[in-house]
Amino acid sequence: MRRSSGRRAFTRRAALAGLLASAGAARAQGVGGEGFAGLGSAADDYAPVVPGHRLVFPRDHAPHPAFRIEWWYVTAALRDASGALCGAQWTLFRNALSPDGGGEGWDSAQLWMGHAAATSATAHVAAERFARGGVGQAGVKPDPFEAWIDDWRLARPDDAPGPGLERLRMTARDQGFAFDLALDAQGPLIMHGDDGFSRKAERGQASYYYSQPFYAAEGRLRIEGVERAVSGHAWLDREWSSQPLDPDQTGWDWFSLTLEDGARVMLYRIRHREGRDSFTGTWIAPDGAARTLGRDEADLAPTGWETVAGRETPVRWRLSIPSEGFEAETRPLNAQAWNALTVAYWEGPVRVEGPRSGVGYLEMTGY
Amino acid sequence: MTFRWTLAALLSHWRRRPGQAAALLAGLALATALWSAVQALNLAARDSYDRAAALLGGAATVSIARPEGGDFDQALFVTLRRAGWPVSPVLEGRARLGERTWRIVGVEPVTLPPGAALASLGEDAGPDDPAALLGRPRGALATPETLEAVGAGDGEAFEAGGLTLRAAARDGLAPATLVVDIGVAQRLLDAPGAVSRLVAPARHGRDPSELAALTGGRLAQLEASPDGDLARLTDSFHLNLTAFGLLAFVVGLFIAHAAVGLAFEQRLAMLRTLRACGVPARTAALALLAELACFALAGGLAGMALGYLVAALLAPDVAASLRGLYGAPASGELALAPAWWLSGLGMTFAGAMLAAGSGIWRAANLPALAPAQPLAWLAGHERRIRAQAFAATGLLMLSAMIARSGEGLVAAFAMLACLLLGAALATPALLSAGLAFGAARARRPLARWLWADARAGLGGLSLALTALMLALATNIGVGSMVTGFRDTFTGWLDQRLAAEIYVRAPGEDRARAFEAAAPALPGVSAVLPTRTAEIRLAGLPVELLGLRDHATYRARWPLLEQEAEAWDAVAAGEGALLSEQLARRLRVGLGDVVTAPGAEGPWPLRVVGLHPDYGNPKGQMVVGLDPLMERLPQAERGAFGLRVAPERIEATMSAITADPALAGVEAIDQAAVKRLSLGLFDQTFAVTGALNALTLGVAGVALLASLATLSAMRLPQLAPVWAMGVTRRRLALLEFGRTMALAAAVAVLAVPLGAALAWALVEVVNVQAFGWRLPLHLYPGQWALLAALALGVAALAAAGPVLRLARTPPARLLAVFAQER
Repeated sequence: MRRSSGRRAFTRRAALAGLLASAGAARAQGVGGEGFAGLGSAADDYAPVVPGHRLVFPRDHAPHPAFRIEWWYVTAALRDASGALCGAQWTLFRNALSPDGGGEGWDSAQLWMGHAAATSATAHVAAERFARGGVGQAGVKPDPFEAWIDDWRLARPDDAPGPGLERLRMTARDQGFAFDLALDAQGPLIMHGDDGFSRKAERGQASYYYSQPFYAAEGRLRIEGVERAVSGHAWLDREWSSQPLDPDQTGWDWFSLTLEDGARVMLYRIRHREGRDSFTGTWIAPDGAARTLGRDEADLAPTGWETVAGRETPVRWRLSIPSEGFEAETRPLNAQAWNALTVAYWEGPVRVEGPRSGVGYLEMTGY
Repeated sequence: MTFRWTLAALLSHWRRRPGQAAALLAGLALATALWSAVQALNLAARDSYDRAAALLGGAATVSIARPEGGDFDQALFVTLRRAGWPVSPVLEGRARLGERTWRIVGVEPVTLPPGAALASLGEDAGPDDPAALLGRPRGALATPETLEAVGAGDGEAFEAGGLTLRAAARDGLAPATLVVDIGVAQRLLDAPGAVSRLVAPARHGRDPSELAALTGGRLAQLEASPDGDLARLTDSFHLNLTAFGLLAFVVGLFIAHAAVGLAFEQRLAMLRTLRACGVPARTAALALLAELACFALAGGLAGMALGYLVAALLAPDVAASLRGLYGAPASGELALAPAWWLSGLGMTFAGAMLAAGSGIWRAANLPALAPAQPLAWLAGHERRIRAQAFAATGLLMLSAMIARSGEGLVAAFAMLACLLLGAALATPALLSAGLAFGAARARRPLARWLWADARAGLGGLSLALTALMLALATNIGVGSMVTGFRDTFTGWLDQRLAAEIYVRAPGEDRARAFEAAAPALPGVSAVLPTRTAEIRLAGLPVELLGLRDHATYRARWPLLEQEAEAWDAVAAGEGALLSEQLARRLRVGLGDVVTAPGAEGPWPLRVVGLHPDYGNPKGQMVVGLDPLMERLPQAERGAFGLRVAPERIEATMSAITADPALAGVEAIDQAAVKRLSLGLFDQTFAVTGALNALTLGVAGVALLASLATLSAMRLPQLAPVWAMGVTRRRLALLEFGRTMALAAAVAVLAVPLGAALAWALVEVVNVQAFGWRLPLHLYPGQWALLAALALGVAALAAAGPVLRLARTPPARLLAVFAQER
């Protein structure tokens, strides 16, 4: 009985995932672009991502319903009172089922998906939420900023109303974990690529992409039945786009690293079945000066593999950016940081070991 | 080896008497057929309810709704989601699309709990695939039969309520139901932003008491799924059917018992010979048992096939009855589970054992050298009759006691069972007493012989006569109930349908347009708008009907009881008229106060009158139109009554149809409503009529079987009379007259029993099952007709054996004296 209902649940969720057409783990513009039930119309019907478009805030913190997919993505590498590393993820995906955005209320074509997870050295727990747009179960409002799905929220705290993302309160809970973190930005927003126009691959896929990598995070995290006071660094990604991945793009690897000297690094690689992988990256100096890394400026190479959920997954990496004098090895806090959700992927905290050490988050899909 | 030869010897009997074998098989087959037919119908109906209930519920989910019933704003759904409650909204209602009214179930596929959901539809079809509902155009899931009625093939687009929907066939959905996205349902039901209830996984891990604080006391977790009501409501109907099936089964067993008993008696000599040849008593009993098993299997299989046929014929009528009486979404499709086959055959075996058990037991204990006494069973008859008379008296007294103090449907049926069983047991005693009385009066030798012979032959016929009596009584009782109900119903329709034309203008805009245009229509002297709202009182679904204060209602609306100035209280919003069945379920009477939910707080209403509301599965409460609009502004409008001079009805109807501004408005005149209602009524009771006729038919077969088997045995009794000079023709006539006289006696006995049955059905079962009380009507004309029918059946059954007797060659009659018996 249990098994069959589980399978049904799976079938249903899998179909939902199809509807969300990729929102998936979703650093890039979605897995498998064939769409679903005629919903995945060609990207041209959706708003295009074009170079030279200027991002305006706080307007662009709010949703862009004409684009196929969008997310508000926070990862936090934290330490408890004993100095032990742990992590929290809070993500809200928006997916438009039709380019016109649909209508009012239940006619809305927006589908929302939330992912939240918590990680310790010995445990990793993840949960998901789904919601239709248009009725208020999930959404994002710019002023005061609030992103929510069910009882999971990422919003301006009550004592600091306003439109920006400088201060946020991030909460989520499910069976096996809960967190409530205050985020306080210690630096500016960072535009990736060309003023926020981020080219993902040579074939033209691109997104609008900016981050707030300078959050100091503080609050409480419960995992394995123990609630602890935690503090550390958090990184917010904002990205929206309309173009799906090519069939021969098999997945991606993404790093967001906070170094002890105050520098931040974003590294992103799309793997191709054939030919060379696509690479983008941003080097962010402690003062917030950002530089887009050229294609040959960085090197990412797996050094250690483990079986995660039955898949051989590269959990240890060697990273090098010679132009910045950065050479490091990353090791996962918990190699089994598998988000076993409808759209499943690896997402967890990593330690950066080398001359310039630090902490960060690694996300891997398609293994 | 011994066993095989014993069995072969026993079976040879049937080869010599194919008629008797046929009677045994027919008895078992008929018993099985009617029983299994009724079971198949019950299973099909239950399956429909289960599917309707499981559609959004079952054990895996709980419902959260307004405790008093009624829809609520979907903002409460969002409030609960944002408080972490894993709820999903559902909007249910009925909408008229084209010719028919459909149950619309609006769900939100993205949040629907996985375990509950449309999950019962099976996995492979991907029915709970959200894209099926959320694609463009939006999907509408329904069974292939429903889609056919809608006029759309699987995957085709169709128009409904101004929307384009894409049909998606899903087996296993409830009949006459369209499952759509909640947004679509809100449009079809013209209820923007409305939600009927929220479903959540049964183990949602939240404290239900939080709900009050989160929703301002508006929502609460319901104890059971609302569809559970349906099963409770329809239980009585199924109990009725089952009782009929059981009755037919028992009658069938009478046939089998008669045939087996006779065959056993006729084979006593054979058994004695077998025992004398050294066959152990156990082997003989086992052989008899094996023989019986063969018969049970053959009769059972034939019966199941016949039962399926009967069920298939009756299924559409049963479905119509359930829809008509209870609004239950029953489909006319039969789905036969292996359990049905097994239980049906099991019943046949059990029944065969019951019918033949005593014979086998006696065979097992038969002393090897006991004299073979044919008709020994008749010899012990007097003693048995006395014992039966005692038992009958006890049962009849028990029945009277239950009638006096019992309560509830089960007690009612227990009373009926005691009454019928008591009457059945008393029948031979009464007939015997009557014959003894006649014999005591008779003077002429032939007459005295006739009386005595009839008494002696009673043992062989009594079971068949009892079966006939039961069938007749049932027919009389059920016939009285149905005819009485129909008469009452017709009279009630005449009163209740006071307006000449009834109009539906679905949707707020159309209703407004019609209300504005109506007074100007030709011949209209009064426009009587109504509004309805669905509420719940003490967990029961109740229709709140708002009527305008008008002389029409004051003069015509049928009331069973009322306070003085009842209509004034209704118009003032202080009083309400309750339907009889609602008052009974709520246990309230005149002067009591019921509290309806109002938009701005509770609305106390005094019960100022009770009205009959036949055939309505829901409770009904009549309130003033203006107070209703004030208290429940969301009450649905759109139904109107028009008072029109009779000669202008047609003109008014065509004016409504012709006016382009009134497109979508449906009008129907009073005569058509009556026709429809009576048609529905007749359809509803078609099953009862069919089962009645079948029971009577089975009783006829029982009589035929008994007479046929007896006729051969009676030769030794008749031969001496013939030898004394009574012609064969005369003997045959006397035989015929004797059967007819017994049948007439049975008919006379059946009348009081039938009347008692009618009383029990009308006064007890009906009230318990449907909640309405009907006046008890008795129809002597119907009784006479049934008695004539019984005599006809008896004549038909007796004709064959009597003709054979009349043509028996004298040599055979003479041979009786030559044979050593």
